[in-house]
Amino acid sequence: MSWNRRKLAERFGPYILSLVILGVFILVWESLTRPPKFDPTGKSEDDLTVLEFNGDIVRNEATGKYVYNPKKVLGIPGPGKVWEKAAEELGEAFVKKGANDHGIGLLVYYTIKRFLAGFLVGSVVAVFLGVLIGLSKPLFIALNPFIQVLKPISPLAWMPLLLYSVKDPVWTAIFVVFMASLWPTVANTAFGVNSIRKDYLHVATLLEMTYLRRLFLVILPAAAPAIIAGLRISFGSALVAVVPAEMLLGELGAGYLTWIEWNNLNISGVIFAILVVGVVGYILDYGFGKLASKFTYAEV
Amino acid sequence: MHNNALNDPFDASQSLVDAPHNHGPSTAGSSRVAEVKREFETRQAPDFVGMEHFHTQSEHGQDCECPAHASQTASETESWTPESMLERAVENAVMRAIFPNDLHRRAFMKFVGKGAAASVIGSLFPLGTAKSMAADPVKGIEKKDLTVGFIPITCATPIIMAEPMGFYNKHGLNAKVRKAAGWAIVRDWAINKEVDAAHMLSPMPLAITLGAGSPAVPFFMPAVENINGQAITLANKHKGVKGPQDMKGFRFCVPFTYSMHNYLLRYYLAEGGLHPDKDVQIRVVPPPEMVANLKADNVDGYLAPDPFNQRAVYENVGFIFKLTKEIWDGHPCCAFAISKEFTETNPNTFKALFRSILDATHYASDPKNRKEIAKAISPTNYLNQPTIVLEQVLTGRFADGLGKIQNVPDRIDFDPFPWHSMAVWILSQMKRWRHVEGEFDYKQVAEQVYLAAECDSLIKELGYKPRGTTYAKHTIMGRVFDPERVEEYVNSFPISNL
Repeated sequence: MSWNRRKLAERFGPYILSLVILGVFILVWESLTRPPKFDPTGKSEDDLTVLEFNGDIVRNEATGKYVYNPKKVLGIPGPGKVWEKAAEELGEAFVKKGANDHGIGLLVYYTIKRFLAGFLVGSVVAVFLGVLIGLSKPLFIALNPFIQVLKPISPLAWMPLLLYSVKDPVWTAIFVVFMASLWPTVANTAFGVNSIRKDYLHVATLLEMTYLRRLFLVILPAAAPAIIAGLRISFGSALVAVVPAEMLLGELGAGYLTWIEWNNLNISGVIFAILVVGVVGYILDYGFGKLASKFTYAEV
Repeated sequence: MHNNALNDPFDASQSLVDAPHNHGPSTAGSSRVAEVKREFETRQAPDFVGMEHFHTQSEHGQDCECPAHASQTASETESWTPESMLERAVENAVMRAIFPNDLHRRAFMKFVGKGAAASVIGSLFPLGTAKSMAADPVKGIEKKDLTVGFIPITCATPIIMAEPMGFYNKHGLNAKVRKAAGWAIVRDWAINKEVDAAHMLSPMPLAITLGAGSPAVPFFMPAVENINGQAITLANKHKGVKGPQDMKGFRFCVPFTYSMHNYLLRYYLAEGGLHPDKDVQIRVVPPPEMVANLKADNVDGYLAPDPFNQRAVYENVGFIFKLTKEIWDGHPCCAFAISKEFTETNPNTFKALFRSILDATHYASDPKNRKEIAKAISPTNYLNQPTIVLEQVLTGRFADGLGKIQNVPDRIDFDPFPWHSMAVWILSQMKRWRHVEGEFDYKQVAEQVYLAAECDSLIKELGYKPRGTTYAKHTIMGRVFDPERVEEYVNSFPISNL
């Protein structure tokens, strides 16, 4: 019995703790943002009229008393408001109400599309470059200074230059993601390829493999764990880059939603957009992790 | 006076437009080429430039209101299928204009019958003329699907409302408005052809053409959108401030360097004895962030477009210190801008677009329509603001944040006419604060960028009241600006960067 309970606690305890943390967080949030009750004492009839005109208070038809306008949010909105906003947005997730008002589902789709395009192209280029410099010591030494200078540049710093030269915000956003997903993969691939056991290469030489066969059958599989690790780092940094890129470029997407809601000072919308970005990132990362585990193996 | 080098799609002497007389059905159609030619010859003089062009156009426009012309138009547009629908629409519009109150209108219709009502109204109001004016579609539109960039502020009202209220459709265009997050973005969209036309600040096309703060690309400003409609908003802690004398050391925000906001704020401060670059700080900040900055106590105030002045009041963080109307009554603010290249490659599209904007602006200028407009532009797709804020801005009955409800019907107004003299004033201020370097001919730049003459002839064509001149004297804080004496004006300021 007691053994059973312990097992149950081990199995579900962390999840229950998760829920408790969420519950406490929401309670604290709610208590900090709860609007005060309106107190009309000391306010003249004129003051009340102005307040009502400005939308601060509304008259309760039944009692004839003024209360704070529940529709007007001042300061940080409570969880209820954000939930309302989320329900409203999710209710019409795939509705297009005009050129500037696409549903949240569509916005997320645009972001994922943009992200994947930049990430895939960036990864292919990065792996290629990584193998190249990983296999050749002179090339590595020759290219290393450039990589070291380019690597620390924030992908967003490329944006103005890209926008100016590409003259297209969609491609600029994709390029920003591309730049973000390049360097970690290049570095890790080069490292992985460089540290392949020399035995493998000797065997490949013995078998008189062609260069391509050697690349695909020996080098890439042997370096796969390092490459995957690099791709995961790239994945994270590309995901971090895509949201601000959309914000700055004004391209429809999840990042754009954050910005445009901020432009309207709709804080419930901003919080909702942040949550969406978080959830989308989590789902993408989870999917990528599953995929990556298929290509990883333990060295024997 | 008129810059002839510029490719003017309204200039009769140029072949880009498919017919020289840009009026109604006579604009196009091979069936009327002979007639068009005749008309063309009768008024075309070899030395036909500048203001003459402008006058000729406007005089000619008068013919078009004569009954003969109207009937001719009617017979010609018979083949146009939505004609009957349009006729009804015009009648309805006139009825609504005469009886704004629904009940009165219905009572009248019920009393006399619908047909009789139309004929009675027709005898009082030249319905035929109204119909013919409305029914002249621009033919040969090169590009129907357009994108127009805008910034979500009330200044852009005509450009925005033209989509939901059908002004673009009315002129045969399928235009969508695209929201930009800031002025630099809308500028880059326009320069990179991401959008076909754009909402800009009225100094921006001048700056872009001169290459100030961006690569030099020739831009036109066919029309102003709004006049007035801005304000100086101060943080609540400055309720005691009386004027510039109390503002030393303040930190202000303006939406863009090349903006009327910047020039009006600088003018206002300088008139009060403060040097805007030495005694205060002026920062360029996107309007929504101004409200947040005011809240965070980072800035003391700003001169910004609405709804962000009213929004500060709505958020209880600031008060409206001075409407820009009190600085310069009737000053231009935002504008409709388009690249020279677009007007050259798509002259007919441009004309239809220009007309849509003028129509929408005219509609917006009627205070009676403002509540309806506030509703039309408040959704997420457009301004995404509480309707209560937009209504206060557009109707001019607003809470000022000092505990009063003010009533200033022309707090914001809409007048499309891009006075050349206004452009010259803006240039004079750019010069004064050294926002542009080097020498240039004020009037030449003004006339190259602001299409005042063309605007006037289209205004006439659409049946609104034309101005007949493109230069006027303006009074700004009691000081008269004479566009004929710019140099003297620029050098007359005790406070300047020259």
